[in-house]
Amino acid sequence: MKNDIITLGYGSGAALTRQLIREVFVSKFRLPTLDDAACIDNHLTVTTDAYVVNPLFFPGGDIGKLSITGTVNDLSMNGSVPAYLVASFILEEGFSINLLKRIVDSMQKTAEEAGVQIIAGDTKVVEKGKCDGVYITTTGIGFLPEGIDLNVKNIKAGDRIVVNGSLGDHAVAIINARQKLGLDPAPISDCAPLREVIEILLNTTKLRFARDATRGGVATILNEIYEDTGLGVILDETSLPIKDSTTVLCGLLGLDPLYLANEGKLVAVVSEANDDMLIQLKAHRYGQDSAIIGEVTKDVNGVYLRTALGSLRPLLMLASDPLPRIC
Amino acid sequence: MNLKYYRAPDLIKRVLKEIHEYRQPVTFMEVCGSHTMAIGHWGLRKLLPENIRLISGPGCPVCVTPASVIDELIKLKDITIATFGDLIRVPGSDQTLEHARALGADIRTVYSPLEALELSQKRETVFVGIGFETTIPGIAYTILEAGRQNQDNFSVLPLFKLIPPALNALLIDDEVEIDGFILPGHVSAVIGTQAYDFIPQKFGIGGVVTGFEPLDIVLGIKKMIEQINKPQIINEYSRIVTTEGNMAAKATISEVFSIGNAVWRGLGEIPDSGLDIRTEYSQFDALRKYDIQITNIEGNTACRCSSVLKGKIMPFDCPLFAEICTPNNPVGPCMVSSEGSCAAYYKYEK
Ligand code: SF4
Repeated sequence: MKNDIITLGYGSGAALTRQLIREVFVSKFRLPTLDDAACIDNHLTVTTDAYVVNPLFFPGGDIGKLSITGTVNDLSMNGSVPAYLVASFILEEGFSINLLKRIVDSMQKTAEEAGVQIIAGDTKVVEKGKCDGVYITTTGIGFLPEGIDLNVKNIKAGDRIVVNGSLGDHAVAIINARQKLGLDPAPISDCAPLREVIEILLNTTKLRFARDATRGGVATILNEIYEDTGLGVILDETSLPIKDSTTVLCGLLGLDPLYLANEGKLVAVVSEANDDMLIQLKAHRYGQDSAIIGEVTKDVNGVYLRTALGSLRPLLMLASDPLPRIC
Repeated sequence: MNLKYYRAPDLIKRVLKEIHEYRQPVTFMEVCGSHTMAIGHWGLRKLLPENIRLISGPGCPVCVTPASVIDELIKLKDITIATFGDLIRVPGSDQTLEHARALGADIRTVYSPLEALELSQKRETVFVGIGFETTIPGIAYTILEAGRQNQDNFSVLPLFKLIPPALNALLIDDEVEIDGFILPGHVSAVIGTQAYDFIPQKFGIGGVVTGFEPLDIVLGIKKMIEQINKPQIINEYSRIVTTEGNMAAKATISEVFSIGNAVWRGLGEIPDSGLDIRTEYSQFDALRKYDIQITNIEGNTACRCSSVLKGKIMPFDCPLFAEICTPNNPVGPCMVSSEGSCAAYYKYEK
C-alpha cells in the first residue's frame, strides 16, 4: 500500500477504503463478506459504525441523530428489523455538558422513531485536542425475519435501480455548514431511519439488494455491485432526483451529486419496478422523491450514465473523497 | 440562471446538427480545465464530428504548479499550511502534502482564503495562493483584510498565474497548432474579453468566451466555426462577462500585486505571467518570510504533462496513462486535479 501510512483518503468510503479493508482486515480476520452488517445463524444481525462528523450540529440533524440512523440503516439494508443499540462515547476534555445533553436527547428521540432501544454503552474522556468534541460509536443488533435474503449475488440483468429521493443532500448540508457558505435557505441533511422504506420495497416488489448510499454516494455502491457481480449498470440522467440547489452548488464546486454522501437514501435493486411500489414509496415521508434511476445490464462493463444528450458517460469508482475545484 | 434552458437536449442537439454541417478539419483548444471537465461530463466530444478536434490547454491551476512548491511546503515545519483541496494529492519529489499531513504536518484544506486568515488567529499560517484571475481577487482582498487586522501570523505564497500571457507563450511556440480558443468563462468575468484582443491581432486566430453549461459550449464551438475566416474574440457568455471585466476586482488585484514572471509546470518561466506581492504588503509574502525559491523541477521525468498542457499530445498518448498513472496513483498533477486533462480523460473518455 502506498507509503504504508493511513491518509484521510482511506476513510473516504471509496476505492481506498475498500482496498484497506481487503488488504488489512479481511485477510487477517477471514471475514466472510464485505457487508456493513453480519448475520449470525440466519437470524441475528450485528453491525457497528463510528461517527466523527464536523460540525456536530447541522441543518436536519446532529451527530447524535446520525449515530442512530446510520447504524439502524446498516441493519435494515439486509432486511433485518433493528432492535437494540450499544453506544460508546469518546469525549474531549472541555466539551460542554449541555451540548452533550442535546446530543443524547437527539439520540433518544431518533431511537424511538426507529423503534430501537439503547441498552448499554461506554464513556471515555480524552485530553483536549485529541478529538473533535465528541465521537460516538454505535453497535446495532437486529433480527432477520425468515425467508429474507438480500444478497448482492441475487442481482440479475434486467433488474431496476431505485432510490428513495434526492441525492447529495447530506453532503451539501455539511459543506454549507462547515464552510459557512451561507446558502439561503440552508440545505438540509436527509438523515433518516430507512427501515420503513425497506418494508415498502419488501411488500411491493421482489427486492434483491439494498444499501444505504452514505460516503461515496450512489456511484460507489453501483461500482461495488459491478465488482461483486460483473453486471453493468446504466443510469438515466433525466430520471435522477437532484435538487436544483444541489446542482448549482455542485456546479460551482465541481462536485458530482452521484458521489456525495447521503444519510437517508438507499439504492435498491428490484426485479420489477411497479406502480404500487412507487405510489407507496412516494406516500412515505422518507420517499417522496423516489425514482427509478436505471437498470442492471449485460450490455456494458462498468457503471455508466446515459446523459440527457444520449451519450454514455462512465461513472468510475473514485479513489478517495471528491475534492472541490479551485477555479 | 435558468439551468434547464442551458441543458435542454433539444436545443443542444439542434446546435450540434449545425456544427455537423461544417467539413473542414480544425483544432480548437479549451484553455480552461473546467471546460475540459464539462466537455467530458456531458460527453460532448463524442457528439462532435471527427473533423472538429478539441484539445485541452494549460488552464488547470494545480497542473501548472511546479513540483518544487510541494517540496518547499513540506519543509515548512511547525506552520499551518492552508490550501485548496486538489493540491494535497499532487506528488512532489518524493511525497504529497497528504502524506506529510498523515506524518504530522499541519495541512488544512480550505474553501476560501478567509478561512486561512481565520486559522492564523491561532497559529502561524501560510495560504498557498494558486489560481488564475478567478481566484486572485478574493486572495487580494484577504491580504487587505489581514492588513486591517494587523495579523502578523498570516502570509500568502504567491503562485498566481495569468491566462493571456500563457496563451501568448503557446502561440509563439511553433509546434503548437491551434485554430481557435474556447476561452475561460470565470477568468474572463474578471479580465473582460478585451484582454484577448491581441490573439486575432497578433496571431490571426479567434476565440470565443463561453460558459460551462452544455449549451454554452456547443454554441461556443458553433461561433468559433462561423468566425474562422474573420478571426475575432466573441463573447458567448455575456450574462456574466463584459468587455472590460470586473473593474473593482481588477483594482483590488493591482492594489496588492504587481505583474512579475512566473514558473509554469510544463511551460517553464513565462514573462509577465504571474503576480508578486507589492512591497507595501511584503509582511504577508511567504516567499520573503520563509525565503522560499520556486524552481522549475518537473517531478517524475516520464510524465508528459508538459506536452499535454501545450496540447501537443492527448493524455492517451502518454505511455503512463491509465497503466501506471491513474487517479489512485497519480504520477503527474494532470491526473490529480479535478480540472486536470489526464483526470478528465481517464474519468470520462478512457
Ligand atoms: S497520464 Fe499521468 S504521467 Fe502521463 S502526462 Fe498525464 S499525469 Fe503525467
